[in-house]
Amino acid sequence: MLYESSPVAIAIFASFVLAVVGLSFWLGRKGQSAKGYYAAHGEIHWFINGIAFAGDYLSAASFLGICGMIAFHGFDGFLYSIGFLAGWIVALFVIAEPIKSLGKFTFADALDAKYNSRGIKLSVAISTLVVSIFYLIPQMVGAGDLIVPLLGLPHAVGVILVGIAVTLIVVTAGMVSTTWVQFIKGSLLVFFCGVLTSMILARGLTVNTGSLEPQTRSVTPDGRVLVDGEPQTRDHDLRPVGTLAALPARYGDATTTGPLGPLEYLSVLEDSRIVTWSGKKSSDASGTHTVYTPTERAGTDLLKPGGYFKGLTTGKLADKLDFASLMLALFCGTASLPHILIRYYTVKDAAAARKSTVVGIAAIGAFYVLTLFLGLGAMTSGALDPTSTNMAAPLLAKSFSETLFAVISAIAFTTVLGTVSGLIMAGSGAVAHDLVENVLGIPMNDAEKVRCGKIAAVGLGIVAMALGILFRSFNVSFLVGWAFNIAASANLPALVMLLFWPRTTKEGIISAVTVGMVASLTWILLSADTFEKVYGLSRDASPVPFSQPGLVTIPLGFIVLIVVSLLTKAQPQGKPA
Amino acid sequence: MADNSVPGSEGPGRAARIGFGLFWIYVILYFGFIALVLFRPDILSSRPFGGVNLAIASGLGLIAAALLLSVVYMVACRMVESPGGNRR
Repeated sequence: MLYESSPVAIAIFASFVLAVVGLSFWLGRKGQSAKGYYAAHGEIHWFINGIAFAGDYLSAASFLGICGMIAFHGFDGFLYSIGFLAGWIVALFVIAEPIKSLGKFTFADALDAKYNSRGIKLSVAISTLVVSIFYLIPQMVGAGDLIVPLLGLPHAVGVILVGIAVTLIVVTAGMVSTTWVQFIKGSLLVFFCGVLTSMILARGLTVNTGSLEPQTRSVTPDGRVLVDGEPQTRDHDLRPVGTLAALPARYGDATTTGPLGPLEYLSVLEDSRIVTWSGKKSSDASGTHTVYTPTERAGTDLLKPGGYFKGLTTGKLADKLDFASLMLALFCGTASLPHILIRYYTVKDAAAARKSTVVGIAAIGAFYVLTLFLGLGAMTSGALDPTSTNMAAPLLAKSFSETLFAVISAIAFTTVLGTVSGLIMAGSGAVAHDLVENVLGIPMNDAEKVRCGKIAAVGLGIVAMALGILFRSFNVSFLVGWAFNIAASANLPALVMLLFWPRTTKEGIISAVTVGMVASLTWILLSADTFEKVYGLSRDASPVPFSQPGLVTIPLGFIVLIVVSLLTKAQPQGKPA
Repeated sequence: MADNSVPGSEGPGRAARIGFGLFWIYVILYFGFIALVLFRPDILSSRPFGGVNLAIASGLGLIAAALLLSVVYMVACRMVESPGGNRR
């Protein structure tokens, strides 16, 4: 669908970016120490840090991806919400306090606290960079995808705009400004999603059948876009979709429910009939054609598992393992993400780390409950773009008012800003503190450490922009899944065993991080999903039985660590204090 | 259970053990839910409470349980820590 650029959206977004960049310059006006740049002096209040956790964690995949998945496929999108939140339990109960006690600036500090090994620093710094870059790509691609329809600017402009804003935020005041941007973004996101959910419940559900004629979008070999055989224009475009065909029988002839309570909304939707649309692609000499067709379905079908993860209903073992593997990676991945872990160094002590995680869980949990209503609200809003699941949340807002659309669009951009600044911060620490200072052994005074971190941040910002432009055709949520799998496979076994198994050796940690990272990455590159979506080959050509590696590579990391530690136990080890 | 206090810290062993216990409670809840999704989706489609189905009720329940357990942990840790310590 074609969108009109919204001057209000541009104004709101521009004022937000200017405000946070201005705030960053103000926060960074004083000279900085390394502790200030990398860990905000360890003086961030636990409540601010907790909301900043939400701002760091709730990426474009959470906001746009999950809403879109629920809007088009029903309950299965909510499974992502459940998995993303569950990961925080590992973070709080297992990781939070020890990581705070052990580390200084980076995740490598914590893993290396007991051994002082260059090998650990090198392998963990590389895994931090790999995970952060895999996480960065979808954020940057998402920024570009959003800017095309919403602001009417080219994809690359969106990527560059976000890249410059984020680099400025990080370079001016490091972790201090990054924290405040994430705090502001986390607060805005949860608040406005709450407002939007209240409006959905106040509007209730309304029957709106719309036209059920199939629609075709074609792209000709010379790049022209046709809708139902005619050139696409604002007046001749795909019709918005996603409607309610019938309310439950108890409403009789009524076509609207009026305001509903949250549980009542879910219950009524379950007894209603809903029209969803799906596209089927084909190619011939005249170009590629996608035909979108409607299906009327019972609410009970859409609100049970199996709408997106088809393997849940086909009974194929490999499909079931794929799903189990994804849910395991989501559970284990959160507590292994370097940009989340470094946030523990910004608070003063272990108790503050614990309290800020509880605040983070409350904010993130509330957000994920809201995504269920946003997704289902979009599903029946009559405003969905059949070609883009990512646009469900902004278009839902548009079905209420243009201003709300502008606000939600601007918040979607700030979502990207908050997460990308955290990722660049994590990467900057890995390069400057772990690689340059500790692995290469280049001595640096406090000011040089800060300068080196800032140079690394600029370099990473440029890399992020280049990758965002290069990978523009990649599926956003697909890449986030990769990052979780690699983080969980490379980092979690080393982290958990270091904390709970006194016989862990430095060789065990280096091997587990390296094998976990290489194995999960290799598995992903050989998976059926990658064969189909990246290489354009047949799924059957893939040599691995299912696409998500976590189910195999996370246990592999543990096994490698145990075996190598036992083989190298001759190494003198001090008993843990 | 082995002492899981952290090397290099004065490790509040009791707090860590409480955290570990709560962690396993959540592991059972989460992977129990995943097992139902995988093997008994029919149970999740049922509506034992009349309104929302068990799939949505248990999903919302898991989110609520995460928050509840985390608050229990925070309160328990405060109780085992020395009075006046770590309060901001």
